[in-house]
Amino acid sequence: MKSDYRMKSENVKYAVEAQGLIRTFGDHRAVDGVDLMVPTGSIYGVLGPNGAGKTTTIRMLATLLRTDAGSAKIFGYDVEKESQIVRQLIGVTGQYASVDESLTATENLMIFSRLLGLSRLEAKRKANDLLEEFGLMDAAKRPLKNFSGGMRRRLDLAASLIAQPPLIFLDEPTTGLDPRTRNQMWNTIRQLVKSGSTVLLTTQYLQEADELADRIAVIDQGRVVAEGAVNELKESMGTSSLHLSIQHTQDIPNARLIVEQVLNVTSAVSPEGRMITAPMTTADRVTDLLVALREADIKLAELSVRKPSLDEVFLTITGEGRGENLTHSNHKKRGII
Amino acid sequence: MGKQSTMSVSDIQLRNKTSFKQTIQNSLTMAYRGLLKIRRTPEQLFDVTFQPIIFTLMFTYIFGGAISGNVQNYLPIIIPGILVQTVITTSIVTGTQLREDMDKGVFDRFKSLPIARIAPLAGALLADTIRYTIATVLTFSMGYVLGYHPEGGIGSVVLAGLLVITCSWAISWIFAFFGVIARTASSVQGISMLILFPLTFLSNAFVPAETMPNWLQMFVKFNPISHLVTAVRDLANTGTLGWDLIISLTGATVIVAIFAPLTVRAYMRKA
Repeated sequence: MKSDYRMKSENVKYAVEAQGLIRTFGDHRAVDGVDLMVPTGSIYGVLGPNGAGKTTTIRMLATLLRTDAGSAKIFGYDVEKESQIVRQLIGVTGQYASVDESLTATENLMIFSRLLGLSRLEAKRKANDLLEEFGLMDAAKRPLKNFSGGMRRRLDLAASLIAQPPLIFLDEPTTGLDPRTRNQMWNTIRQLVKSGSTVLLTTQYLQEADELADRIAVIDQGRVVAEGAVNELKESMGTSSLHLSIQHTQDIPNARLIVEQVLNVTSAVSPEGRMITAPMTTADRVTDLLVALREADIKLAELSVRKPSLDEVFLTITGEGRGENLTHSNHKKRGII
Repeated sequence: MGKQSTMSVSDIQLRNKTSFKQTIQNSLTMAYRGLLKIRRTPEQLFDVTFQPIIFTLMFTYIFGGAISGNVQNYLPIIIPGILVQTVITTSIVTGTQLREDMDKGVFDRFKSLPIARIAPLAGALLADTIRYTIATVLTFSMGYVLGYHPEGGIGSVVLAGLLVITCSWAISWIFAFFGVIARTASSVQGISMLILFPLTFLSNAFVPAETMPNWLQMFVKFNPISHLVTAVRDLANTGTLGWDLIISLTGATVIVAIFAPLTVRAYMRKA
């Protein structure tokens, strides 16, 4: 080919560089100025509630959707102007398995391989290799209609790996999978990165982002509301919290008073009304608190100190600045706990 | 993933253009996919199997006596007419199936692959020529059973069949366009029928134009379907390659030249 492109530089620092991405559907701004920098060789998690704009963002980065404004580069190549190059560098696994229902697993992989330029023989070999690796060998000749959700996802991911792309987009790869299949999927994703790929995954599950991702961007209402390494995000939430379970419910108001006096903070009571939660700045004060509680003859059922979970980070961040937005009141309520 | 090592970005030969050769290869692979799907769901072929049989029987016996005095004399008129009408009607299915197919997730994958943009469309249209072929063979066979012995000989009949298949393929780009821009498969069906029904019936396919009122004759004369029907009659019945053949092929070329780019553009925009 005359117009061969070579990498602009041998080591590109960022697999994805997106600036000010905007996409509007009618009156609704699904993506409202998203910036993303995904370092090469990492697992990057895009986290957000349903309808936050995760899928729209991925579709724009994967050349499936035009951007209204902003720019995005994949390994330095522009997604709009050099889309056909970008497509040679990415694999996309969507929220809904993008494979052919009426064909068998082998036929699906064969067709995708042929489209990617493999010869018939190479395509056959590739399909077999992938089916074996993803544990789909037994089902290779069956039409996908009879596949379970987990098998379909695995096949979908296998199809994204035919060309061994350096960047893989996974849009909610484990939504709707049972815990066992989900763990299998996680292992597969980890191995992918070991073999040198960069993975950009979206998820609604904080645990998933916590387990897999090196860095996380939290998206809410089409904007990135927080970004950073997983630990940074947790630390940004500040202090650990103290959780006290009281044996007798009637003691709770009293106990709360003591907690607030001794620790000099405001506390909260869980909706079930058994657990008092309070931020803990210094561990020393806990001794004073326990003594005070015993003196008041309040019996404890349990006591624990917890670092903020990613859940709390997430809910705090996405709960902020919502105002009176009723549609998301659900998240807010949970955020208070 | 043990054995699957990832390509590093610098290993890949990157180009932003799709070559002509690749476009053809991609389209053929997509056509192969279409054939596989037909093989998996043979009930898709009901219409192309039964429509030629039923329509040929029906129209021949209803109109035969009235128009040509008897069934035997009507056959050289009606068989080419039925052939064109049936095969072209069949091409509507291309549009509706494309619409259904595009709603499925697999089209997202096609879009994300570095393949020729036109390939998923061209492949689907190419695979559907198998349907036109079945309808063509069955219509001619049905005619033969009823006593139609085209004087042009087998070679001309094959040519006539190829002409109809080619023109239907060209016309299917129109329905593919509707398939891409419409929101539901049933609306594609609706619009397409609305266009095809008058075009096929207000032609010389079933009845000689001379019996119609003047204003209608004008329409029938200019109707491209009439030219195609006449071209098929000339070929099958006398073995002549006439003006109508040239007009039909030109028309087919024009349709493809207009609707293929339009369809691909709409398909890309829908992305």
